[in-house]
Amino acid sequence: MTDYQVVRRPNTLLRNLNSKIASIPMILTALVVFLGGTLWTVFYSFTNSKLLPRAKFVGFDQYERLWASERWIVSIENLAIYGVFALIFSFVIGFVLAAFMDQKIRFENVFRTIFLYPFALSFIVTGLVWQWLLNPDFGAQHVVRSLGWTGFTFNPLYTQSIVIYGVLIAALWQGTGLVMVLMLAGLRGIDEDIWKASRVDGIPMVKTYLLIIIPMMRPVFITTLVIVASGIVKVYDLVVAQTSGGPGIASEVPAKYVYDYMFQAQNLGQGFAASTMMLITISIIIIPWAYLEFGGNKRG
Amino acid sequence: MADQATLNTVAAAADASSGSLSGPRGNRPRPIFSTRNIVLYGTLGLAAIYYLVPLYVMVVTSLKSMPEIRMGNIFSPPVEITFEPWVKAWAQACTGLNCDGLSRGFGNSVRITIPSVIISILIASINGYALANWRFKGMETFFTVLVIGAFIPYQVMIYPIVIVLREMGIYGTLSGLIIVHTIFGMPILTLLFRNYFASLPEELFKAARVDGAGFWNIYFRIMLPMSLPIFVVAMIIQITGIWNDFLFGVVFTRPEYYPMTVQLNNIVNSVQGVKEYNVNMAATILTGLVPLIVYFVSGKLFVRGIAAGAVKG
Repeated sequence: MTDYQVVRRPNTLLRNLNSKIASIPMILTALVVFLGGTLWTVFYSFTNSKLLPRAKFVGFDQYERLWASERWIVSIENLAIYGVFALIFSFVIGFVLAAFMDQKIRFENVFRTIFLYPFALSFIVTGLVWQWLLNPDFGAQHVVRSLGWTGFTFNPLYTQSIVIYGVLIAALWQGTGLVMVLMLAGLRGIDEDIWKASRVDGIPMVKTYLLIIIPMMRPVFITTLVIVASGIVKVYDLVVAQTSGGPGIASEVPAKYVYDYMFQAQNLGQGFAASTMMLITISIIIIPWAYLEFGGNKRG
Repeated sequence: MADQATLNTVAAAADASSGSLSGPRGNRPRPIFSTRNIVLYGTLGLAAIYYLVPLYVMVVTSLKSMPEIRMGNIFSPPVEITFEPWVKAWAQACTGLNCDGLSRGFGNSVRITIPSVIISILIASINGYALANWRFKGMETFFTVLVIGAFIPYQVMIYPIVIVLREMGIYGTLSGLIIVHTIFGMPILTLLFRNYFASLPEELFKAARVDGAGFWNIYFRIMLPMSLPIFVVAMIIQITGIWNDFLFGVVFTRPEYYPMTVQLNNIVNSVQGVKEYNVNMAATILTGLVPLIVYFVSGKLFVRGIAAGAVKG
């Protein structure tokens, strides 16, 4: 872009002043809210703040209490199960749908509109719809039973051991359309000549996808992975709407733990410690990606 | 290279949405009932049914009376169509002591969404413009922090914001929530505008500079009029995002200002009283209606907004 470094003037602060003024909101958001807010929370996670934040340090007490809490363990387990399955299924379904959509089919617009519309809906709406669909007395289970299969049981929302899969079904309904669209964009970015070459060489289609196309789409997969994974760690509204964390604590998730401790149990220190753990989880995903994306690269 | 790839992704996404319009390409048409077509359309059709069933069930449930719901199954169409659940959801459903229905939440959501969308887009577009055309030292660093910050879980940052807003005396009010939406909309929108302005021909900017136009002049007289499509994309992202928000609404507002999503959740998941599933479903559709309308009307641009969120900085 425009290189202003060529001409150096003594007063660097006033240089490009309008641009600096215009960037104040961005700088404040980046430094004060994102960086400052995060550091503040991490800092106070080492205190025993209850109703109000107090700078009385207790070391790792909050973290010990956190990892001793059954509810937190359940939350983490749920997040792990939900995360792994959500990633696998949304990628597989999203990619397969995208590959099918890429076969120069008719009604492509109609199909895309149908696959993507749930993504426009909020998690609250998603959760409530699937709460109703999975309702044991009226929903899927009831319908199958009334067809004559009376022993049929499919009651995820009221069964502790499988409730998280009920949430997963709803999440996949909402989110696979997004993965499909991103994958489709990636597929459309692949040079037509690749296909021609593989056809000339007589490589079967499935094999072409697995061995040539997917490796070529690595950047798309990585971006999609980052977007989907960071969405998974944040999952909150869906659980609140669909199960409220129940039955019991069987479908609790970390984000809900944070909210409940900060704003309901008035145990801020626990909330801060739990949110710091969420931050660490996200960092594991984001730092390698950010390193690849921004590391030493000034091209912008 | 990186930028080329970025543009390709956006172009491909835009292309994806106009695919069927671009006319016949590739091979000759094959017979309609080939195995390939049956598998292809069969799978897509089944998937389409899976995606459509919840919407269908929502609509039919909301049009049934409660006795009919108790009798029949959720997939059967209503025998006797009634709009009473809709009226009740809109005007009478109770949350706590208030029984004025979702209309209150709708009003709040409108009053939250409109100013948030306008302010956040205005600020982010100016930021993006400065990033693309008026660079200064260190600017990219702030931008990188901003983009990475978009991935930090909100839970990590909400409490400090609560404190700041409380100090400012606007915690719990609509203006507080509008500020929060503006802040958290900034990474994606700034990225969107920066990429867009950077893709405009540089000669344009240089010519304006030669003619003596300054920062604001170029923005308002040249960039703004040229970038209407990207403003529409930004509006789509923001309207759906803010309307669908739940966490910020519940954290940063008092009950009388709760947005529609929060009120909907309180109505449906309230433990008191008999569950009225038809009213609940009518309320759910009503809440989803605004983003759905935005989605169906915008179509192609919605996809572009998603691609914009997906491309790298």
